[in-house]
Amino acid sequence: MSTELPVLKASDFASDQDIRWCPGCGDYSILAQMKKVMPTLGVPQENIVFISGIGCSSRFPYYMNTYGMHSIHGRAPAFATGLKASRPELMVWVITGDGDGLSIGGNHLMHAIRRNLDVNIVLFNNRIYGLTKGQYSPTSPLGKVTKTSPMGAIDNPLHPLSIAIGCEASFVARSIDVNIKHLGATLKRAAEHKGTSFIEVYQNCNVFNDGAWKYATDKATKSDTTLELEHGKPLIFGKDRDKGIRLNGLVPEVVDLGKGISEDDLLFHDEKAEEPSLAYLLTRMRNPDFPEPIGVFRAVDRPMYDEELNGQVERARETKGEGKLEDMFTAGETWTVG
Amino acid sequence: MSTTTGASPTSKEIVPIPAATVRFAGDSGDGMQLAGTQLTTTSALAGNDVATFPDYPAEIRAPRGTLAGVSGFQIHFASTDIFTPGDHLDALVAMNPAALKTNLADLRKGGILVVDEDAFNKKGLEKAGYEQNPLNDLALEEEYQLFKVPITTLTRGAVEDSGITSQKDADRCRNFLAMGLIFWLYGRSLEPTLRFIETKFKGKETIIKANTAALTTGRNYGETTDAFKSSYQVNKADLEPGHYRNIQGNTALAIGCVTAAKLSGKELFLGSYPITPASTILEELNKYKHFGVRTFQAEDEIAAVCSTIGAAFGGAMAMTTSSGPGIALKGEAIGLGMILELPMLIVNIQRGGPSTGLPTKTEQSDLFQCMYGRNGESPLPLIAPRSPSDCFYAAQEAWRIATKYMVPVMLLSDGYIANGSEPWKIPDVADLESFTIDHPPAAKEGDPPFMPYSRDENLARPWALPGTPGLMHRIGGLEKQDQTGNVSYDPQNHQNMIETRARKVAKVAESIPQQEVLGETSGDLLVLGWGGTYGACVTATRQAQERGLKVSHAHLRWISPFPSNLKSLLESFDKVLIPELNMGQLRTIIASEFLCDAIGLNKVQGKPFAVQEILDKIIEAVG
Ligand code: SF4
Repeated sequence: MSTELPVLKASDFASDQDIRWCPGCGDYSILAQMKKVMPTLGVPQENIVFISGIGCSSRFPYYMNTYGMHSIHGRAPAFATGLKASRPELMVWVITGDGDGLSIGGNHLMHAIRRNLDVNIVLFNNRIYGLTKGQYSPTSPLGKVTKTSPMGAIDNPLHPLSIAIGCEASFVARSIDVNIKHLGATLKRAAEHKGTSFIEVYQNCNVFNDGAWKYATDKATKSDTTLELEHGKPLIFGKDRDKGIRLNGLVPEVVDLGKGISEDDLLFHDEKAEEPSLAYLLTRMRNPDFPEPIGVFRAVDRPMYDEELNGQVERARETKGEGKLEDMFTAGETWTVG
Repeated sequence: MSTTTGASPTSKEIVPIPAATVRFAGDSGDGMQLAGTQLTTTSALAGNDVATFPDYPAEIRAPRGTLAGVSGFQIHFASTDIFTPGDHLDALVAMNPAALKTNLADLRKGGILVVDEDAFNKKGLEKAGYEQNPLNDLALEEEYQLFKVPITTLTRGAVEDSGITSQKDADRCRNFLAMGLIFWLYGRSLEPTLRFIETKFKGKETIIKANTAALTTGRNYGETTDAFKSSYQVNKADLEPGHYRNIQGNTALAIGCVTAAKLSGKELFLGSYPITPASTILEELNKYKHFGVRTFQAEDEIAAVCSTIGAAFGGAMAMTTSSGPGIALKGEAIGLGMILELPMLIVNIQRGGPSTGLPTKTEQSDLFQCMYGRNGESPLPLIAPRSPSDCFYAAQEAWRIATKYMVPVMLLSDGYIANGSEPWKIPDVADLESFTIDHPPAAKEGDPPFMPYSRDENLARPWALPGTPGLMHRIGGLEKQDQTGNVSYDPQNHQNMIETRARKVAKVAESIPQQEVLGETSGDLLVLGWGGTYGACVTATRQAQERGLKVSHAHLRWISPFPSNLKSLLESFDKVLIPELNMGQLRTIIASEFLCDAIGLNKVQGKPFAVQEILDKIIEAVG
């Protein structure tokens, strides 16, 4: 009997459901890339599960022809934990948004990451509440005017990747909905990583927050406002690749190449660095002062919760033998009557 | 001279008695729970029926010597079968003035009162708020058999040769000295406790020596001092023949779940967050990894239940355990479990509420919460075990129903059952009925599309597991279309789905036993109880029956749905009395369901019912 997987196409991963996102929403592009990546992973289709919370992005599982669960607001990582802990052979994806993942579900996100559960978490960051029609979100910038912040948001925003690294994530990456090649490659890297992969995707909500990432997606500006990270390479950006990032003590600074500054003076990207401080520093490079890095910030190996848990079960079975009900019943002091 | 089995020989008079209720009371650092547990074990091994009631403060170490810090453990052991830890104490051991002050009212007149007189010093008296030393009060000696024992001094002397250097460490053996004395008083064997000391403190020779010395010194003190003129003997109870073990409710629940998993060919997953009085289930289940048990100590109550649902989706026997405040947090997710129609157990070990309430005290006030505490129309089956050992069986029944009907089942226990213990007749594994759970197999070429919300004769939907080729489907909290499970906002479909889910829960009644009755099936009064009040209800009903009253007792286990004969049963009695440790929650449900105007007996003091309280109410109603 052949154990070879059937050859699948992206279209095999499309479910029969009508997609209900607004026309022009960035979610379409992420869905398309995800369907493209799926057949390349070497994982049987039936072993893939998508779990989401609540929000526009969280409709995602309905559109994938895999197993899926559209759960409750913010809790997707917790559902994924129960599933992955008891079925470690499944490939589990968590789809969340900035409100779902960082506001109501912040606690679960933090704990899934620190446990390094072997799941892939994709956070669609559109910096707004879309499904509830346009209230500011935990990633909305200060001063953002929305229906619930008519005089401007006064809540200091959260930065998803800084949080992920604070939780000692083993894989952290960023991509952009319209940068489809980069997005596809990033999703694939995330899928291949063992442990929690956390990916932030800049996603445009063209209805309630159109242009939130314009600086990072506009042809005219994007090479100056974003910086593609490559492992082992210096941090260079700009249309003419003539600008770089140099470390000045513990502070990064933008420098012009030439004029006495060579590539060797720049900060070199090391996604495998055990110490996460440099990766954290990269997450703090923000528009407009810095180009915002995209790509893989960090990819290190750490023990995985699901593997450790199942390892303990295995070890207990090895040392004690498969549990017997008789032994469990008669533990401790017993006595006989009659 | 006669001796009881395994008991220490004594030269003093032995007075046979049918039963005794003893309470150890002291500071929460005094090891009273341990003392109580040891007396329980040795009494159970001596063949008595036993029932226990641990009672401890919410603070781990309230200020030493204060009233708030008093911890107690009550045990009732008898030569007949008993169902409660006893209304009144026959003997009280008070290790300090605070313990005396908070417990004396429960000691019957003429009862035995053992106090550590060393602890009745100025500081101890002040902390307990005594202006005078109560031990000097003549009334105390007149009302009770008072034994002033220098427990601290005796202990320090006893452990002198054991190598213990600090006085603090020496004083930690006081509970063993008190135990030794009480063991002598009731002719109990020291053997089980000596074995316990050996295993518990393995490798710590000094502690083994010291505790052993304290225990035997206590026993010898009883035997040799003139103060104690006689000891007591409680003969073996006429328990059903078999192999026994003493078991606490939460332990029984944990091993009942492991058993249910094993019998159904599943592996157990527990998602839980520590909360009193449910945490001991999480602790206990951690011992059974070699049964394939996976425990997940979640970041919070919500994650605990969500991980449970995730594991249920994957095909595990999934459960979550908590208490009222945690169940409140889980409400939204339980509703999701309900609409996903996945099997799982949601365990609530009730404690005093509302809010944080009385964490370490018992109450039955979460019945409404578990019946109705979710948004939307979301009925679920609900089972309430009635005693510590019943938790073992209730867990298995709950899992059978959950899988047969594809529905989360609420299991409602309480702190009294959870921490209380009783002898459990260990079942023969061969007698336990295993059962299979079907999962739809991989789809074959040409099969019609998989329908995740199609239903069998029990209205259960198929439990298709991720990993099964061809059955890929999506589930979620949005209303489902009948059959396909696709998202549907269709008005008629919503009505249909809500009615179907409710009908399914109602159908569970076909799989649960008819309501049994203690006594006649008709009469003047039916005592209708549920959950942990079982022992008090049975005992009170029996006593009423002995007085010739036409009283019967029915104790509900399944509250949702009710047994199908309950309505006719209620109609066969002139009056119905519902004793509950809440303000009348079952009574309200019974009233709305059956238009039955029952009499309530309601107590919310963080304490179980005394038999007398129920008996008085029965007599008031029909006497
Ligand atoms: S509201 Fe915004 S995020 Fe939601 S589907 Fe529409 S465009 Fe996309």
